[in-house]
Amino acid sequence: MKLQPALSHIPYRMHPSHRLVLILVHVGFTLVLLAGCDSHARRKVVIRGSDTMVILVQRWAQAFMRAHPEISVQVAGGGTGTGIAALISGTADLASASRKISQKEYDEILAKHGKAPCEHVVAIDALTIYVHKSNPVSSLSLEQVAGIYRGLIRDWSEVGGIRQPIVAYGRESSSGTYAYFKERVLRGADFADEVQTLAGTAAIIAAVSTDPAGIGYGGVGYAKGVKALAIRLEDGQELMPSAEAAQSGTYPLARPLFFYSIGEAQGDIRRFIEFVRSLEGQSIAKASGFFEVPAIHNLRNSP
Amino acid sequence: MNASAPGSRLKAKRKLAEKLVEGLLFLLTLLACTMVVLIFAFVFREAAPLLKEERGEELGGLSELFVPKKWPGHESRFVWQPVATPPKVNILPLIFGSLKIALIALLFATPTALGAAIFVSRFLKQSLRKWVRLLIELWAAIPTVVLGVFALMVLAPFLQSLFGYHYRLNAMVAGLALGIALIPTLFALSEEALHEVPRELVEAALALGATTEQVIRRVVLPHALPGISAAMVLALGRALGETMIVLMSSGNAPVIDFRPTTSARTMTAAIAAELGEVVPQSLHWQILFFIGTLLFGISFALQRLSVWMLRRLRVEP
Repeated sequence: MKLQPALSHIPYRMHPSHRLVLILVHVGFTLVLLAGCDSHARRKVVIRGSDTMVILVQRWAQAFMRAHPEISVQVAGGGTGTGIAALISGTADLASASRKISQKEYDEILAKHGKAPCEHVVAIDALTIYVHKSNPVSSLSLEQVAGIYRGLIRDWSEVGGIRQPIVAYGRESSSGTYAYFKERVLRGADFADEVQTLAGTAAIIAAVSTDPAGIGYGGVGYAKGVKALAIRLEDGQELMPSAEAAQSGTYPLARPLFFYSIGEAQGDIRRFIEFVRSLEGQSIAKASGFFEVPAIHNLRNSP
Repeated sequence: MNASAPGSRLKAKRKLAEKLVEGLLFLLTLLACTMVVLIFAFVFREAAPLLKEERGEELGGLSELFVPKKWPGHESRFVWQPVATPPKVNILPLIFGSLKIALIALLFATPTALGAAIFVSRFLKQSLRKWVRLLIELWAAIPTVVLGVFALMVLAPFLQSLFGYHYRLNAMVAGLALGIALIPTLFALSEEALHEVPRELVEAALALGATTEQVIRRVVLPHALPGISAAMVLALGRALGETMIVLMSSGNAPVIDFRPTTSARTMTAAIAAELGEVVPQSLHWQILFFIGTLLFGISFALQRLSVWMLRRLRVEP
């Protein structure tokens, strides 16, 4: 308090140029804030969910918006569970999902919205096992893959490779791919503690492509710069993650990718799904490294 | 009376304005303080149900987070596999991982930053000193995600080709990248501490015939020690709280392994990677918030410690 009278006699004058800068900064921030409000002007469809699908859905959205400039399609990832949670809370119109909706999530949507979720198969993915390009191993059985990820097989020489300890790369527990792999390959068993977890399929590809001892898993569309392994079935047949094997269901790690809507999709949301399932939409899926939905999936069904 | 009236009115007006501004500033301060308290309350509230011992089959009690337990199929007795049936939620691998990486980062960053600080404060010309400081401040502005990418794409392959170890992403890579992030803080604080050493002391030592090396070792460093220690403690707090770099470059495997070239999963990385798809209010959720509370407590304690060190260890000239 004692300082106040003394201070009040010292007039503080801001240098004019400083003041100008300060004003410009404030005006700039205000404009940015105002610009944020502008997006309400267009009709919009919000899609959240699977990280595996996020690039594909973005491509669909871009192509769709070119044909329908009055509609804005907003796409975000975060994982299948996050997407379905957003669908339940009403912050997304569609959830993209790399796994089927769980009974609990189904019940929650029914309870909260009074309508059952509606499932739309939009593409087929084939979970692919990747290794480094220099790795002589070209196929593994599902049991061998499970053995590697459970820490029971620790050296490439145990599965027909050169003598070299294996470095296994996996996904974080928040990913739909993690859940699918744990269920379908490990049959519910735990991953070994030594499995390194990375934040996305792109990170896995980056790791495996530079690590001669590495092995990883992810969508078939990402398999660039690495070697995709064939899966050896019990009868000795070796299947690459190809369109035929995935669509016919003989490839053991083929999985449908879904959109979920609340009740039958209406209006713009319906228009978007129709576009995705059209010839043009499916060719985008193919160009993105996924496979087209075979005719058998063209029935809409709920669990 | 009449003559002084306009003056006093002006004074009253100014008083009122001052009071208004003072009140506004008080409100803003109050807002900032409440926010800190509210954030802590929120994090703690989400973790609180853990402290009650009534989790039943899911969790025996808080001790299960720390006590070793043998699980079939796992060699280690400290297992962090929260998304599994049954969930295995020992958080010691995470605490260990945080400490391991932070230690490596400090071991790398402290000598580097201190050496640079000694050079800049004692040997560099005054005119150049300004530029070096500016450059290092610019360094502090590098987003940690950029350092993470650098560690992942450049540092990791380079170090592996140099040393030929097994895991390309490991605690050492993360520790070095984290150290890079710590250097600006460490440098700025220790340089300031070194610079504050009174000139008279240095000149007196020189007058007594001490060599430059003796002056630095016997006079300057002891005098700046409290400041340097405080800087290290602050840097440790920063290292434990850093997320992006370790998430990207440590490999994130929750193992307890004392070798620097094996992977490690930190507390922050576990929260960042797992919270996205956790069912709210589930056991996993509560444990992640419990880890958050721990981190909060640790960084608060470290921050107080550094302030205490500055005050108590100060050598009176």
